[in-house]
Amino acid sequence: MNLNTNAKITWCPGCGNFGILTAAKNAIEELGNNEKTVIVSGIGCHAKIVDYINVNSFYSIHGRVPPTATGVKLANPDLNVIGFAGDGDAYGEGLEHLIFAAKRNINITMIIHDNRIYALTTGQFSPTSPEGFKGKSTPKGSVEEPFNPIKLMIASGATFVARSFAGDIKHLKEMIIEGVKHKGFSVIDVLQPCITFFNTYDYYRQNTYKLENHNFTDEKKAIEKAEEWNYNDGGKIPLGIFYKVDKPTYDELLLKGRNPRKM
Amino acid sequence: MEFSILIGGEAGDGVKQAGLIVAKIFNELGYHIFVYDDYQSLVRGGHNFSIIRISDEKILTHKDHVDLIVALNQDTIEKHFWRAKGDVLFDSNKVKSEGIGIPALSKAKEMGSHLLRNTIFIGAISKYFGIDLSIVEDVIKKSFKKMQKENMDALKFGYDSLDEKHKIDKIGEPREIHSGNESIALGAVGAGMKMYIAYPMTPASSILHYLASHEDDLNVVTVQPENEIAVATMAVGAAYAGVRTMVGTSGGGFALMNETVSMCAQSETPVVFVDSQRAGPSTGIPTYQMQADLKFVVNSGHGDIVRVVVAPGDAEESYLLTANAMNLAWKYQIPTFVLIDKHISESTFSVEFPEVKKEEAKLWDGNGDYKRYEFTEDGISPLAFPGDKAIVKGTSYEHDEYGITIEDAESAKKMQEKRMKKREFLIKELKNMETVKVYGNENSDVTLLTWGSTKGACIEVAKELGLKVVQPLYVEPLPMWELGKHLRGRVIAVECNASGQLADMLDIKERILKYDGRPFTPEELKKRLEEIL
Repeated sequence: MNLNTNAKITWCPGCGNFGILTAAKNAIEELGNNEKTVIVSGIGCHAKIVDYINVNSFYSIHGRVPPTATGVKLANPDLNVIGFAGDGDAYGEGLEHLIFAAKRNINITMIIHDNRIYALTTGQFSPTSPEGFKGKSTPKGSVEEPFNPIKLMIASGATFVARSFAGDIKHLKEMIIEGVKHKGFSVIDVLQPCITFFNTYDYYRQNTYKLENHNFTDEKKAIEKAEEWNYNDGGKIPLGIFYKVDKPTYDELLLKGRNPRKM
Repeated sequence: MEFSILIGGEAGDGVKQAGLIVAKIFNELGYHIFVYDDYQSLVRGGHNFSIIRISDEKILTHKDHVDLIVALNQDTIEKHFWRAKGDVLFDSNKVKSEGIGIPALSKAKEMGSHLLRNTIFIGAISKYFGIDLSIVEDVIKKSFKKMQKENMDALKFGYDSLDEKHKIDKIGEPREIHSGNESIALGAVGAGMKMYIAYPMTPASSILHYLASHEDDLNVVTVQPENEIAVATMAVGAAYAGVRTMVGTSGGGFALMNETVSMCAQSETPVVFVDSQRAGPSTGIPTYQMQADLKFVVNSGHGDIVRVVVAPGDAEESYLLTANAMNLAWKYQIPTFVLIDKHISESTFSVEFPEVKKEEAKLWDGNGDYKRYEFTEDGISPLAFPGDKAIVKGTSYEHDEYGITIEDAESAKKMQEKRMKKREFLIKELKNMETVKVYGNENSDVTLLTWGSTKGACIEVAKELGLKVVQPLYVEPLPMWELGKHLRGRVIAVECNASGQLADMLDIKERILKYDGRPFTPEELKKRLEEIL
């Protein structure tokens, strides 16, 4: 199945989104069952991704990817639902939804294009921008500390929490495949350089490393690893699966074998 | 023939349940019933009361004056004695009053539980109206699964504690009795609803409660998400995936859903929104009635939006118009709205529901490339759903026929026009449906224009004074083709809000408004009318 569409890609040349797009397409192809795949996006640079992949999709609104995707999954649990959202989208405007999706362990995957900046609105600080970030709305530097979304998601009850890097397509594809295969709520924070407003390619290439011999079923160890980098400057940045456990999913528990689409 | 009974007590006394049981007893005798529940936003204490009105004719509201007051606490006497045109029954352990005292609380405790006090009074009320004990026993048995023997003893004690004042015989067979909220739930199910999503908010909550407790027999799934924004967006996801979905809330919750109303319009996703109005603005008086969200709902969402807003005035209309709202949402792929208020939502009515059915949407025939937003003559594109061998691309962004983002002027204009075109065809269909009801004296020089629950009082007063009543069932599109015919001569708008919102929309100058959180009773409306007629 050809996953390309005729849509013209409007991201900046060199944008981290290209890496995410390639990894997502490769993952979707490898996972197969495309007819039953639904992708959902929010608003922001990331959101255009639904136009560029030839599968079922819903281009939702800012912050509302988790509930839109949850609605799709509850209506037809046979569908494979993958949400794409930005850091402003998922960790700002719609944080409550993301936390509740994790709390419920709804069986969907959220891929967060975390460029740590509001890019489409031309460069304001975001929930994961480092403290002191100088943007158009904070010319003297942001006074807020960033969220650590890995910690936040583990604490919220997500049963699969991973981090990857848009510059490492192979790793990202693996993480997406693992996340989608995981039965339960999976979230992947993807470090995504914004070539125009916050170019972090070199920084991530120099400071990231792959998690090895990490016991991801141990919540305490997962939090320890998450704390190695707090989204401010300094510290080595682990990539890979921080936390993964099996738990009954919301859709299973709520629907008890029913499929509303077939009711 | 008609009677009204008021039962008053504290929150936690079980006044509402007692009122409903009394209504069920009269229903068994073949009478029409109406139950008004008045309560405050608290869980224990305060003052609650129910007015149960019984008639051999159809009734849609309660009256101010009552034939019997049943006082479980002193407040009931202090607050409601003015309503009495008959006797007062009271708990002599708790209340000082003229009338018939029964030592109910001490006797109830002696029998095993203070809760038996209500059953004692149900017995007493039944005897007062000369109702055959065996009929009352049957209703009590069905109502209380626990402590059946104790309840029977309490009933008998109450029944034996006073003399008959009236003799009410069986005049017919019982009808179904439902609250407005139950009627909305059932109407939606009748039109194919499979999912109901809501965050609790008075006075809409009991739609969720009712459907949640009837998931299996009504074949629906209920969901309670984190807030109303999630409610509405989940509904969009579910509808996109092919499932008929409704959401319900009150004005404050509906405010949070507004961005999703726009998303429904742009993505052409059918969702039914219920707004059960309460006294606002903002928190207002949460458990009281008002009709002040009309302009808000009709104009909700940003952008140009084709929509349908129905405004039922009683439980039967709630059933029918909710089914219509669901069918129209899916046929035209638009958001539709059921605008009711506390006085319908939480009141109990005798009902005879009309037939409703699920009317099929325009579906894709499975041939060729699927275009979610295909241009058609009527602006309605065939629907397909993910998993059905089509690639379905829904979107909140302006788009081409496939659902791929566009921003150029020509395509944007064409797509706006495609969506707007649906309104023409929608109006064509509405013209073949009942969109306006007219009651009373059609030749009267004076017409009362009303909507929603206020119609109950209007119909009664119009009958008494020989006036005409006009009630639009649809407030968007406003059925001007019908209203134009009926709004002649002197027109007086009657609404429960502080500005006259329907009157504004129809440019009616003369207005009788009420905005204290309480619905019009026929007595109050008559007095207000007589001041100006």
